[in-house]
Amino acid sequence: MLVYLTKRLVMMIPLLIGITLISFVVIHLAPGEPTDMQTDLNPKSSIEMRDRLRERYNLDKPLYVQYGLWMKQIVTLDFGDSFAQDNRPVLEKIGERMPITILINVLSIVVILAVAVPIGILSAVRRNSLFDRGTTIFVFLGFAMPSFWLALLLMDYFGVRLGVFPVAGLKSIGYDYLSPVRQFWDIVHHLIMPVFVSAFGGLAGFSRYMRSNMLEVIRQDYILTARAKGLSERVVIYKHALRNALLPVITILGLSVPGLIGGSVIFETIFAIPGMGKLFYDGVLMRDYPLIMGILVIGAVLTLIGNLLADISYAMADPRIRKG
Amino acid sequence: MRFILFFLLSLLAGCEQQQAIIPAEGDAAKPVHGDTFIEASIGEPNNLLPVLSSDSASSDINRLVYNGLIRYDKNLQLEGELAESWEISEDNLTFTFHLRRNVTWHDGAPFTSDDVLFTYELYINPEVPTSYAEDFLQVAKAEAVDPYTFRVTYEKPYAPALESWGTSIHPKHLLENQDITKSPLSRRPVGTGPYKFFKWDAGEKLELLANPDYFEGQPNIHRVVYRVIPDSSTQFLELQSGGLDFMGLTPIQYQTQTDTPAFTRNFNKYRYLSFSYTYLGFNLTKPLFQDKRVRQAISHAINKQELIDGVLLGLGQAATGPYKPDTWVYNANVKRYPYNPELSRSLLAEAGWTDSDGDGVLDKDGQKLAFTIVTNQGNDLRSKTAEIIQRRLKEVGIVIEIRVVEWATFLKEFIFTGSFDATILGWSGGPEPDQFNIWHSSKTAPRELNFVKFSNPEIDELLEKGRRTFAQAERKQIYDRFQEILAEEQPYTFLYVAEALPAVAKRFRGIEPSPAGITYNFIKWWVPKSEQKYTR
Repeated sequence: MLVYLTKRLVMMIPLLIGITLISFVVIHLAPGEPTDMQTDLNPKSSIEMRDRLRERYNLDKPLYVQYGLWMKQIVTLDFGDSFAQDNRPVLEKIGERMPITILINVLSIVVILAVAVPIGILSAVRRNSLFDRGTTIFVFLGFAMPSFWLALLLMDYFGVRLGVFPVAGLKSIGYDYLSPVRQFWDIVHHLIMPVFVSAFGGLAGFSRYMRSNMLEVIRQDYILTARAKGLSERVVIYKHALRNALLPVITILGLSVPGLIGGSVIFETIFAIPGMGKLFYDGVLMRDYPLIMGILVIGAVLTLIGNLLADISYAMADPRIRKG
Repeated sequence: MRFILFFLLSLLAGCEQQQAIIPAEGDAAKPVHGDTFIEASIGEPNNLLPVLSSDSASSDINRLVYNGLIRYDKNLQLEGELAESWEISEDNLTFTFHLRRNVTWHDGAPFTSDDVLFTYELYINPEVPTSYAEDFLQVAKAEAVDPYTFRVTYEKPYAPALESWGTSIHPKHLLENQDITKSPLSRRPVGTGPYKFFKWDAGEKLELLANPDYFEGQPNIHRVVYRVIPDSSTQFLELQSGGLDFMGLTPIQYQTQTDTPAFTRNFNKYRYLSFSYTYLGFNLTKPLFQDKRVRQAISHAINKQELIDGVLLGLGQAATGPYKPDTWVYNANVKRYPYNPELSRSLLAEAGWTDSDGDGVLDKDGQKLAFTIVTNQGNDLRSKTAEIIQRRLKEVGIVIEIRVVEWATFLKEFIFTGSFDATILGWSGGPEPDQFNIWHSSKTAPRELNFVKFSNPEIDELLEKGRRTFAQAERKQIYDRFQEILAEEQPYTFLYVAEALPAVAKRFRGIEPSPAGITYNFIKWWVPKSEQKYTR
């Protein structure tokens, strides 16, 4: 196992270098440079000033030199300073945005699992029943509905008309003056609509996956055996079938690890949530290379680790794979 | 005033006339202190050191935190801010500013002429990545004569110079001898202005508190909050739910979505012309557009009123040149181009363009009269404008293709390389009429602003004279002639000037619309005790 782990970890290094190299080249291919935002079509700025800015950011050097300089920094885990006008360390900017993105993603995964798994099981057990068809329509509705549209409808109805939920943002204006308990509830209050919207769209995938796994397992011989032994239907489904049907869900969970730090631009924009999606999007629009690269590297590392974790936990959960 | 290409309609600029509903000030109560004013910005401020920032969110905040030596008053005349008075020498080369005494920085340190000198040195320092050095590089000598006198001398008379001293003055004692890009002040500014920086929740909101020691007296509104809300529909919902007190409306919001009883009960709407205009610019290096008659014909074929009604829902005015219709420099007596398709067709025929093969499209020497209008993505008003123009030009036999391109690509691949036929863009400006960088024939290098490559010796001469002349009456003559030539030549079809459409919560009193907009007297706004919404 240890050898296997080391091998997998060592393999990740060339993979990472490849990813950074390709990303670096691709983002520099896009027309425009970070300095453009400040100098283009700005009558108070001159060509010399632009050159001064370019020199400062090393943009006047050939691309491979720029990549080398960046690589030299990154191996010491220095992600550099953002090219945006605030010139702050990239890690600091990411660090600010990461917690809220992870919080919302974790909450919505929890909601998705809590709702989608039972829906999946029940619609498999009662296949083609009214419940099965009803939930199918419901989850696909969530899947097909544009999240920004749903968000706007909810905001207009619950935020403006009924006034029961705040329209957007994370905290009330008077947040600092509330007691800790009230502060907690204030945040919960603000998170209800965003978490609902982001979970609603994810129900379809998980519940359909659960349903088809369950259907497959129910047809297996050992379920027939269990029933033949005279076990109650409850035990057959929840003990013998469910455990096996849950296995592939681990893989999906592993694959959603990188998704935890990736926010959705549209979603964050609508709800005015300062998350990773918006940070990345703004970085791209401004051609803020160090920031873009920073997020890509972290994303790549998490993807690789997520895959590894999924493989490992899969082996731990399923004896057949361990032996093979 | 900064002069940048407007991406969104710039708000809070100038004021046409008061067509707005002014709240009836029944109670002549005295202004009182208190309450919070909440506004939104679509992006997070970048940097709160004015020398380094160029985004609109940062400059909105910097306006309240810092002061300049001078500023524009409500009638767009220059008046002293940190300078009590100033003198200009006979030869127009030397400016002497007499500074206010007893002004202190937010940390308590006294403000002196050393700070002004330091600010000047900051702007011209090649190590400082600022995009605003241009005005200050014209200075030959700057000196702090005594703690309350500051003097600058220019090599040549330079009329926009005075305005440039409206630049925010930076505190020397906090910024001296250090790398300005690493200064903590970019996140926690210290100025001399009416509001002090209080706190910044990254990505969420930024708070300012009234400065009790402000030299013009403590502002009435206790706290100002800027919330970062990137989506404008969300902003509008927040406004309606009471989460915002101020917002610039879009024409459709102004005309159709804000006449509900709930909205009129809680908000006042204002409208006034903004310091910006939208134009159709022709690439004058293309043979097609080198003939003045073709440009004039296109201007006659476009119905400006239809654009204003269709795109701005009537909330704007036709543009006749680069200046706003209610400013001193505006010349109303220039050649106009009323919608007249017959005249347009006959001008085109004069230029040799006729429909010889009867397919509805004009042609000359076997070539069809067709060109492409390119504009940037993300500005709905511009793409709608392009479509309406496309339809009108088709009626006179010109085929238009429209391309809408992402901003950076738009500039890089089309505008700066000169590989476009025509483009729809806008300029936003301020009260200073100097337009040297946009129209002078020397400003046609790649990335420079005369990207339509307009070249006219008389215009060049007028522009050079205009920025060296100080007397307004004399400048008026120069710029009148400048506008006449532009109107005759039509290097752009000047399309329209949009209106700024702010909505403000009704509890705020003391708002007096003027040519400078409504926010110029923000520190005098107040809320009666009984209506104050936030107690802390």
